[in-house]
Amino acid sequence: MEKVLKIDYQKCTGCRLCELVCSVSHHGVSNPARSRIKVVKWEAEGLYVPMTCQQCEDAPCISVCPVKATSRDENDGFVVIDYEKCIGCRSCVTVCPFGARNYSTIDKVVLKCDLCGGDPQCARFCEVKAVDFISADRLSQSKKKDAAKRLSTAQKAAATLYPE
Amino acid sequence: MALNRKIAYIDLSTGKIETKPIPVEVRRKFLGGRGLDAYLLYNHTKKGVDSLGPKNTLIVSGGILTATCASATARTHVMAKSPLTNLLGSCNMGGFFAPELAWAGFHHLVIKGKAKKPVYLWIHNGEIEIRDAASLWGLTTTETQWAIRKELDDEDIKSMVIGPAGENLVRFANVMTGIKNSGGRTGMGAVMGSKNLKAIAARGTMDIKIAHPIDALEFNKRFIDQITSAKVNQTQGTLGTPFIWGATNSWGGVRTRNFQYNQCEYADDIEPERIDEICTETMGPHHMTGCFGCQVHCRAKYKIPTGPYAGKYDEGPEYTSQGAFGGEPDCKSAETVLTGNHLVNQWGVDNLEIGSIIAWAMELYELGILTSKDTDGLELRFGNDEALLEMVRRICFREGWLGDTLADGGIPASEKIGKNSFDYLIQVKGMNNLHSDERATPGLALNIATASRGSDHLRSRPAIDLYHLPEAVLRKIYSNPVPYDGPLSSEHTEYIGKPWQVFWQENCYMAVDCLGICKYHTTFLGATLPNFEDWPKVLYYNTGLEFTPKDIWDIAERCNNIERLFNLREGLTRDDLKKGDTLNHRYFDEPCLRGAPDVIGAKIDRKKFKKMVDEFYVHHGWDKNGVPTPETLKRLGLDQEPSHLL
Ligand code: SF4
Repeated sequence: MEKVLKIDYQKCTGCRLCELVCSVSHHGVSNPARSRIKVVKWEAEGLYVPMTCQQCEDAPCISVCPVKATSRDENDGFVVIDYEKCIGCRSCVTVCPFGARNYSTIDKVVLKCDLCGGDPQCARFCEVKAVDFISADRLSQSKKKDAAKRLSTAQKAAATLYPE
Repeated sequence: MALNRKIAYIDLSTGKIETKPIPVEVRRKFLGGRGLDAYLLYNHTKKGVDSLGPKNTLIVSGGILTATCASATARTHVMAKSPLTNLLGSCNMGGFFAPELAWAGFHHLVIKGKAKKPVYLWIHNGEIEIRDAASLWGLTTTETQWAIRKELDDEDIKSMVIGPAGENLVRFANVMTGIKNSGGRTGMGAVMGSKNLKAIAARGTMDIKIAHPIDALEFNKRFIDQITSAKVNQTQGTLGTPFIWGATNSWGGVRTRNFQYNQCEYADDIEPERIDEICTETMGPHHMTGCFGCQVHCRAKYKIPTGPYAGKYDEGPEYTSQGAFGGEPDCKSAETVLTGNHLVNQWGVDNLEIGSIIAWAMELYELGILTSKDTDGLELRFGNDEALLEMVRRICFREGWLGDTLADGGIPASEKIGKNSFDYLIQVKGMNNLHSDERATPGLALNIATASRGSDHLRSRPAIDLYHLPEAVLRKIYSNPVPYDGPLSSEHTEYIGKPWQVFWQENCYMAVDCLGICKYHTTFLGATLPNFEDWPKVLYYNTGLEFTPKDIWDIAERCNNIERLFNLREGLTRDDLKKGDTLNHRYFDEPCLRGAPDVIGAKIDRKKFKKMVDEFYVHHGWDKNGVPTPETLKRLGLDQEPSHLL
């Protein structure tokens, strides 16, 4: 079954452990500059949003790549880079609507999330589940539930305010 | 490699900057963080230097594991001679600064001299630059951090800064990073201020190679599971440190009205749940935030709901702020706690010290020792919220006679105020006590009396005493990694066995401070948390260095002894009320008036206390005056100090 990363920014505590484990598992070094996920922060408001590749169905990075270095992996369904072909033109960085393609100045290559081949470490280590790895059909389940709860609470409150 | 992070010597008087590698033999002796700081401070200051003069040395560091694949290694440590106590100055804060400093190539900064005009340091991928800070002077702590990011055009810069209190040389000014991470105790902000150093900014993209990355990741996962399965951390992760307020208060362990009582009548008004209720804008099921790589996420995000600061965002308030702006001054409004917490964060001052010193002044005012002439007409009474917040402002900006007087700290203020004001000052070594009451817990009383940076609850607190663990469990904890078959008691009111517990915890916390880990990730409030057996593994996987649990214990003991040597050199004597290992007379003379049956009537027994100190010294290998014996120094390899290996 197709699984996707689900990001719930409201749960994110801003600790950036995802950035750390991403760089350690991919490169054996601790260095957020090499991470495929990045927590974007508005510290003065307490808002933190983990940003990473969404493995878009109609991925602009695939269409824009002039040498067809970026493609969808047939087996796992996620977007991969073939570094044999990649010429480092950074067109994909420009078109990605999420800024999820990182250009690493250290290695002079484009880095992106490869879902760690099916066991994304960011999701494994995120204890609050701000980043979670779930089957695609369940993506909006918890949101639906929350919204339904709000709705029913509001209706109950309204019923006591305006009894028929 | 984590081990190739360097040390930088920065002379602000001459502008000279020198960087050096840290030899492995120095790492093996002191690890990093607080331990190596203590070694550097002992070596790089002379006896009796003026704490606010150019000869004082300011040391800033991350731990040996900071920014590696070990969880919660975010702690920044800062050391210098303290302007508040004139003994060891030392503070520790979370946030994101120390990891950024490590990615920028450094683990330790040794800052000497004094800049001619305000400056800040810019540290970037191995380079250090001294930059003009004229436009930053006078800004609050967060304004300073945002202004530096703007000036250098990089959102990811992390800086450690001072606010107006540090600039005004308030002797208990703190250093801050982020919204609320503060190195609060012993006035390190004033030391930065005295050097005209407004901030240290860091940004790095340098690799830290992990020695055994797969093992390190797996071990980290195990660590995280261990940490998050502890009940105490789960509660901490939803309510923050204020979760202990209710229990401690109803039991009678919270000092209020400057030691007159040990329970606050309005406790419910400042409970975390109540704060949740009034902070509708940011509170909710997920409103906690954490430091770098940490799963405890112990602080809440909030917006002040009403008053002149309504809508201002902040983080916390901690248990200490509940005491400083609630219990101590006997103010009952949660809004005052939230606002007070915000002001001290913005102006950069130690919340605990300022709350405690104002509560002292309030008692003096009610006793008539201070008059309305001294307060410029301010009704400085307990329960007066406006007077409390106004006094915070006057101290931070040194306004009025009393504001200026209190800004110099308790002991100098008591000398200026005169009469018997000193008798009411609840301090150890010149630093005011936390607002908790230790009269019913002799172990904790011994801890605050003997802590190396003055009255302190984070140096050796055997807080698990309060859980009444079975003695077998206590023995398991406290007989590791060195055997101990002396007395141990799970009774918190006991005196026997406590000196060993305090000694053991002192080594445990020193180890944690050297590693750069946070104390919630060790035996602090939870008995099942990581400990001496775990650290050699985490060190090996991340750095490749091999240690035994006993090695770590020895390192901690060595570092504690070097802090002791520093204090002795600066004049610590055992029974000195202002500089010694002893407590205010009220601990011995005034019994607790409120609380649970085991607390009411409790006070510390002078004779038994003295015996505890004696025993504590014996465990350390110190003589009856608290001086390490020549054999102890030899055993720990400190007989050649100062050695200037670095
Ligand atoms: S940087 Fe590489 S993957 Fe991206 S568009 Fe250019 S060639 Fe394709």
